[in-house]
Amino acid sequence: MIVFEKPKSLTNAELHYCPGCTHGIIHRLVAEAIDALGIEGRCIGVAPVGCAVMAYNYFACDMVEAAHGRAPAVATGIKRSLPENIVFTYQGDGDLASIGMAETVHAATRNENITVIFVNNAIYGMTGGQMAPTSLPGQVTQTSPYGRDVKTAGYPVKVAELLSSLDGPEFIARVAVNNVKNVRNAKKVIEKAFRNQIEGKGFSLVEVISACPTNWGMTPEKALKWIDEKMIPYYPLGVYKDKSEAKEDAQ
Amino acid sequence: MENKVLMKGNEAIAEAAIRAGCRHYFGYPITPQTELAAYMAKRMPKIGGTFLQAESEIAAINMVYGVAATGRRVMTSSSSPGVSLKQEGISYIAGSDLPCLIVNVERGGPGLGGIQPSQSDYFQATKGGGHGDYHLIVLAPSSVQEMADMTSLAFDLAEKYRMPAMLLADGTVGQMMEPVVLPEEKNVEFTEKDWAVTGTKCARPHHIVNSLYLVPEELEQKNFERFERYAKIEETEARYESFMMDDAEYCIVAFGIAARVSKNAVLAARAEGIRVGLIRPITLWPFPKKALKDASEKVKGFLSVELSMGQMIEDVRLSIGCSKPVELVNRAGGMIMSPEEVVAGIRKLKEGEAK
Repeated sequence: MIVFEKPKSLTNAELHYCPGCTHGIIHRLVAEAIDALGIEGRCIGVAPVGCAVMAYNYFACDMVEAAHGRAPAVATGIKRSLPENIVFTYQGDGDLASIGMAETVHAATRNENITVIFVNNAIYGMTGGQMAPTSLPGQVTQTSPYGRDVKTAGYPVKVAELLSSLDGPEFIARVAVNNVKNVRNAKKVIEKAFRNQIEGKGFSLVEVISACPTNWGMTPEKALKWIDEKMIPYYPLGVYKDKSEAKEDAQ
Repeated sequence: MENKVLMKGNEAIAEAAIRAGCRHYFGYPITPQTELAAYMAKRMPKIGGTFLQAESEIAAINMVYGVAATGRRVMTSSSSPGVSLKQEGISYIAGSDLPCLIVNVERGGPGLGGIQPSQSDYFQATKGGGHGDYHLIVLAPSSVQEMADMTSLAFDLAEKYRMPAMLLADGTVGQMMEPVVLPEEKNVEFTEKDWAVTGTKCARPHHIVNSLYLVPEELEQKNFERFERYAKIEETEARYESFMMDDAEYCIVAFGIAARVSKNAVLAARAEGIRVGLIRPITLWPFPKKALKDASEKVKGFLSVELSMGQMIEDVRLSIGCSKPVELVNRAGGMIMSPEEVVAGIRKLKEGEAK
C-alpha cells in the first residue's frame, strides 16, 4: 500500500528553490488540492515573475507565464474565455502587493471566479533580497540595509486585511507553512479556495506566510522560528472574509 | 443589393470584430476611441461575449494575453497614451507567439498630447513598440469601410502567423461617419489548437504559454525562428493601393486620412499639369518596399505626407535606397494638412529637382 506519494499534479521536474525555502511545500499543497478535487485536467495555472517564475515547469496542468504583477489580469482573461476551467495564480509579495496591486484589488473587487495563492515571505527572493511591500518594520534587506525605516519606506501592506475590506471577494484567508499544524491547516484552506471556484463562488485568495532563509540570512530552522516570532504577530493567521459562511451564519 | 449602413469608424471596427468571431473585448476609457468600447459594452452581453472595462490599459492587454493563450479571438482598443501603456503586454504576447488584435485610434502626442487626429505612433507601431525584437502586423485604414474590412483581415492574419496585429487608425477615421457594407458574419469554428491552454483533460502533456528562455541559445533560436516567419510575411503580405501611378513623374506616399487628402492633391496637381501619383501603404508592417522600389525606377521624386514630424519617410528612403529625393509634407499635434499644402509640396519637389 502506498501511504505517501508525489501528487499527480506535480511534474517530475526538479524544483530549483533554495534549501529551506517553503515554496516546495506550497507547490505540494496546491497540487494536493487539485488532485483531491479531481480537477487537474481542467486546471490552468498562471505563474508570476519572482522565485516561482518557473512554476510552469512544476505544475502538470496547462500553464501561462504572466508579466510581473499581471497574473490576476491574465487569469481573468483565461477564466472569461473558458469559464468551465479552473484558473489559479501563484504569486509572490513583490508581484502581487507591489507592481500588481491594481490587478489584485480589481480582480478581487470584481469577485473574479479565480483562485489566488499569495506567497508572502517579506522579501524579493529572485533578485537577491530587496525590500518587499510586506517586509517588516526594521527588517534588514539589500535595499533597506539599516532596517526598513517606516518614516521613509512606509509600512508593510497587509494584503488579507486590505482585500477583506472590499465587498467583492468571496474568500480571503492567511495561513503559514512553518510547522506541521500550520501546514495541515494551510492544506485545508487552499483546498477550500479551489472548491469555491468549482462552486462558482468567486475570488478566493490564500496568503501563505513563507520562509526565505537565503535572503533572510538564517538557517532554515531559524527562519521557521522567525515566522512564529516576527511574521505571524504582524500578519495574524485566520479567515478574514468568507461571504458564503457569513450568509449561512446570518440565516 | 449590398446592405449599406451609416456608421462611425470606431463602431464599424466593433461590429466587424464581432462578425469576425471575436467574443472578448477588454478596454479602458480614452478619447477618441470611445465609441468602440461603448458599442462592445452594448453588444457583447447580448451575444454571450465578454465586455470588460479593465482597471488600466495594462490590465486590459494582459486580459487579452489570457484569452489569446486559450486560442480564442480577442481584442483591445485604445488611443496613443493608452497604447504606450499596453506595450509591456504586447511584447509578452509577441514573445509568446499569440494572435490578437490591438486597435490604436491615434491622437497627437507626445505625453498627454491632445485628442485630435495624428499618425505620430508610426514608429511605435511598426518598429516593435515594447522591448525586444518583434513586429506586429500593422494595417492602416483610410475609410470607415476599411475599418470594417481590415478588422476582419487583421484577425485572420494574426491567427495565420500567430502574432499580434494592430489597426493603426487615427481620430479622423475613428470619428467620421461613412456608408459601410459590413462583412458577413463569420462562423469561426474554434478547433483545439496544439499550443493553446484549455486544460489537459489528463489526455496530453501540459501546454505552456511563455516568453521566458533563460538559456541564451534557446532564446536566440526563438528569435531566429520568429524572424524567419517575419521574412515570409514581408514577402507575401505587403499591401498597398496605387493611384494614378501609371504615368506619374512624382510619387506621394501617404496612409490613412493623409492618403485621402493626398488623393485630392493628386487630382489638383494633375489639373496644373504635374503628373503625380500616390502609393498608399495599406500594411505599414510589412511596408510595401517593393512597390516603392519599383516606382523609384520611374519617378523623379517622392513626397511623404504624414500627420507626424516625419516617421514613415524613413521607410520610404530605405525602400528606395535613397536613390531619389524624398521630401516631407506634414502637420503634427492634431492638425491635418489641406490638399493645397500637399500640392505646394509637389511643386517644391518639382522645382528642387529641376535645379
